[in-house]
Amino acid sequence: MKTIIPIGPYHPLLEEPEFFKLVVEGETVVDMDIRIGWNHRGIEKLAETKTFDQLVFLVERICGICSTSHPIADVLAQEDLAGVEVPERAQYIRSIVAELERLHSHLLWLGLAGHFIGYNTVFMWVWKYREPLLDLFELITGNRNDYAMLRPGGVRRDIYKKDLPAIRKVMDELEPANEMLTKAILDDPVLNARLKGVGVLSKEDAIRYCVVGPTARASGVDIDVRRDEPYAAYDKVEWKVIVQEDGDVLAKAVVRLLENFESIKIIRQCVDRLEELPEGNIWNPIPEMPPGEGIGHEEAPRGECFHYIRSDGGNYPVRVKVRAPTFSNLPSFKASCLGETVSDVALITAGIDPCYCCTERMAAVYDGSNRRLYDWQDLVRLSQEKTEKIRKELGR
Amino acid sequence: MGLKSWSLRKSPWIFHLSTGSCNNCDIELLDCLTPKFDVERFGIVLVGSIRHADALIVTGAVTRQAAPKLKYLWEQMPKPGLVVALGTCGCSSGIFRDSYNIIGPVDKIIPVDVYVPGCPPKPEAIISGIVKGLAKL
Repeated sequence: MKTIIPIGPYHPLLEEPEFFKLVVEGETVVDMDIRIGWNHRGIEKLAETKTFDQLVFLVERICGICSTSHPIADVLAQEDLAGVEVPERAQYIRSIVAELERLHSHLLWLGLAGHFIGYNTVFMWVWKYREPLLDLFELITGNRNDYAMLRPGGVRRDIYKKDLPAIRKVMDELEPANEMLTKAILDDPVLNARLKGVGVLSKEDAIRYCVVGPTARASGVDIDVRRDEPYAAYDKVEWKVIVQEDGDVLAKAVVRLLENFESIKIIRQCVDRLEELPEGNIWNPIPEMPPGEGIGHEEAPRGECFHYIRSDGGNYPVRVKVRAPTFSNLPSFKASCLGETVSDVALITAGIDPCYCCTERMAAVYDGSNRRLYDWQDLVRLSQEKTEKIRKELGR
Repeated sequence: MGLKSWSLRKSPWIFHLSTGSCNNCDIELLDCLTPKFDVERFGIVLVGSIRHADALIVTGAVTRQAAPKLKYLWEQMPKPGLVVALGTCGCSSGIFRDSYNIIGPVDKIIPVDVYVPGCPPKPEAIISGIVKGLAKL
């Protein structure tokens, strides 16, 4: 017998509103459906009313956790469009901020994953080690989240030489902490029993569903935008892409933990390089925006973040398109959740580190015959008419 | 101060609702519960149901889909209770003011007791806001 379990949209387990419909037979999930859109704020339409400089502030507020990834992808698209070179110092600063953000995001995920399986010790423990990173952000950018460091053509603020020792100190403290966490999580029999072999996403499925980021790398797909299409300073520093073969939730945790070490490595090299470069030259002005198109890829903590900008030569973009990593990762639930038990679904869905506010970009409905675009009021009217029709058919 | 308000001031339980936030205020709110700020020592805990909560914390500007849910939740909340609008978006809609899918700030839907501005507000500001709200009761 099949039973439907609704989860959400406002559920205590979920930080953000989203709706899962699980079809279960006994304990086993046989089908599932996801409905999102509770958080749709119309950012792409809003972007058309902002100037290119203001646009960076708007895309920063797409997501609070990836609040450097979206602006980087956006300024890369704008620089691609305008054909502007970025000063070397600005590139290193971009890498530092992006990697600090990756550290904080991966640690945040690890804590939440601990919380999801009811292991709140992990949650409190990991978030304790995340706190110095936020203090560091406050020191070098002025805010704990939403750093506003990016601007088209460079960065908005310099990281001064007097602040570099603080970055080194936080990295020196974080490395042993991360090592301890990695060992503790890999050796813990409870966590191993709870995470190993749960929600396996095979390599074929990973390629078929086009997953990106740590989700793909945990399934043995060797992709990383930082290496494949280098931006910022990633081609100037030594680091390697972490790939795991298993595809289960443990592999996803391992990928993120090992990536933290790579991030620390990248930050250290960038800090060394900033010491050598002269302070000051962090921005090349963009005199005017030519008509045309620009694209920007960025490896966000969750995967590839893609921005597209079209300009007609005016002050405002004509079209901005955002594809967030979770948009690609979400459909993979169909491969990883089916056949698992209900109690594991929360953990598996958390395994891709979903970010629904990133994903909810667009809601437009076209009428196929005359290509008419329906607006909100039209949709409400259509829906009411249909309800009325059904009611009449049922004879009530 | 009545008995109800007095009991409310000890160990307030909070319920968090995201009506269109960008996750930013949400993680700062969670941050308050973790070891550095640790508001749990005052008995403040996140609860899973609004019926158990003394304070409703709303993050984000209210989207069209979330508005009826917000009103419904507020009606279920035991009174007297505290409604906190967290972050610039909750207080004034912020940068999303002109969006077609945003109805408005939180106080357009339900009465708000405390406004905590900031993008995102620091945990110190969140704690201070809730404490001020409780003192008002």
